[in-house]
Amino acid sequence: MSLFEHKLAELQELLQKKEITVSDLVAESFKRIHEVDDKVKAFITLDEERAREQAKKLDEKQANGETDGLLFGMPIGIKDNIVTQDLRTTCASKMLENFVPIYNATVMDKLQEAGAITVGKLNMDEFAMGGTTESSYFHKTRNPWNLDYVPGGSSGGSAAAVAAGEVPFALGSDTGGSVRQPAGYCGVVGMKPTYGRVSRYGLVAFASSLDQIGTITRNVEDNAYLLQVIAGHDHRDSTSADVEVPNYVEQLTGDIRGLKIAVPKEYLSEGVSEPVRNAILEALKKFEELGATWEEVSLPHSKYSVPAYYIIASAEASSNLARFDGIRYGYRAEDAKNLLDLYKKSRSEGFGAEVKRRIMIGNYVLSKGNYEKYFRKAQQVRTLIKQDFEKIFENYDVIVGPIAPTTANKIGEFTKNPLTMYTRDILTIPVNLAGVPAISIPCGFDNGLPIGMQIIGKHFDEGTVYRVAHAFEQATDFHKQRPQL
Amino acid sequence: MARITKEEVKRIADVSRLHITDDELEKISAQLDEFIELAETLNEVDTTGVEPTTHVFKVKNVMREDIPEPGMDRDLLFKNAPDHQDGQFKVPAVLD
Repeated sequence: MSLFEHKLAELQELLQKKEITVSDLVAESFKRIHEVDDKVKAFITLDEERAREQAKKLDEKQANGETDGLLFGMPIGIKDNIVTQDLRTTCASKMLENFVPIYNATVMDKLQEAGAITVGKLNMDEFAMGGTTESSYFHKTRNPWNLDYVPGGSSGGSAAAVAAGEVPFALGSDTGGSVRQPAGYCGVVGMKPTYGRVSRYGLVAFASSLDQIGTITRNVEDNAYLLQVIAGHDHRDSTSADVEVPNYVEQLTGDIRGLKIAVPKEYLSEGVSEPVRNAILEALKKFEELGATWEEVSLPHSKYSVPAYYIIASAEASSNLARFDGIRYGYRAEDAKNLLDLYKKSRSEGFGAEVKRRIMIGNYVLSKGNYEKYFRKAQQVRTLIKQDFEKIFENYDVIVGPIAPTTANKIGEFTKNPLTMYTRDILTIPVNLAGVPAISIPCGFDNGLPIGMQIIGKHFDEGTVYRVAHAFEQATDFHKQRPQL
Repeated sequence: MARITKEEVKRIADVSRLHITDDELEKISAQLDEFIELAETLNEVDTTGVEPTTHVFKVKNVMREDIPEPGMDRDLLFKNAPDHQDGQFKVPAVLD
């Protein structure tokens, strides 16, 4: 049995009793990576030598009984848009193929302080733009449950690595569903915290008003521990929230009696496949058995979240990605005639098709004459979407629905028409526009592919989201299923 | 009728600092056109008097004490630079 079948609390106990060492944990991770990553292709870069050295140092601490730190000795994989000092960070783009950061993201400092060990950097859609991990410059990641299918995206490498047992913990980022949707497709637990809950310092910016770093694990309790470590205010990110971080694990009581669940009719309407809808209805029955009640509600502006999101996210991306000019860092084209040509050549050769498309959409909606018509309009619709959620949360504790209309799609299915892919994000992007926290947890299978359930909470109420997710998890065994690789 | 002209797409590519080939121009024009169709569905929503949301929470200027700290080491900052000389980033001629 893999050591990673144990949850974090059990692994910590084994470490304290000296039945295992930190080196054992790191070795387990690399053993599995060398066994299966040829098939899954979750990683872009491995950091094996350094991870093993670090493990040895922690072995010494362990021998002295110094196992403090919530994640002491735990191997973790990091999405490749979070900067890691002295470890290549590519954003899965040719633009940053050789980029080695000279500083750490705040979350990396926090992980290190908590005793976690980075084993490598995980694949993603280029600059986090996509929902399949197919737009990576390096390679496509495959869904561990069926290698012909995508793992979802953009944090596809993070979700696939956890599902395949390569690492028990991973970080991703979620701008429009990029942590939750791949977690759903791969049958693992993925949390997008409240906007501002986790510092974005060192997260390569895509859409700054929507981006949030999120946590991917095999079970809810481990996820709560991981968020506990990375959450909190950071003076280096002025948009990080100065709001106290509660003890999440303490809130996993298993008790959801009297909890009021809202189920938006828009989240179970046409477009949602029969097996997915049935899995959610079954889950709602389970919640009733556990003493909660649910009612159908409406989030009337849901359908407008897709255009509003693509306008806002692309506008912000066009501005954020203007920094890639081939001068201070990143890809530089050869034989440029002059400075302007250098910008154009470097960007044209360094960015992939989807990134270029979004930059152009962004510059289009920000152009004179279009700004009011599209960008400001989208921001107004964003207000209405946010108000939809506020209204529901006056009377309910959480919102429940599927994480995606169907299970994972086949590799290559959407590469021809990006707009079809965009419309599949309708269940995840309203959450980013409103800035609320949401989790995806496994709640069923369809033809051997996992189905994910989304639980959405109030601003800064990750605690309730975790409590509900944990109660469901304890009453079911979907999270115990493993893909055969 | 197309919602965006090829000339407009070329202009957007130019301000995006991107070269696009004729093939790409065809493809991107069609995709932008489709995108505009999607974007225009927002016109169905009455937003009269609705404040735009630029940020989830109202963030005003975030101030801190003005305490000088050492910055990053200059040599380190050049570590990822494609080309540099005498402590400066090197670029091709700005003017032809």
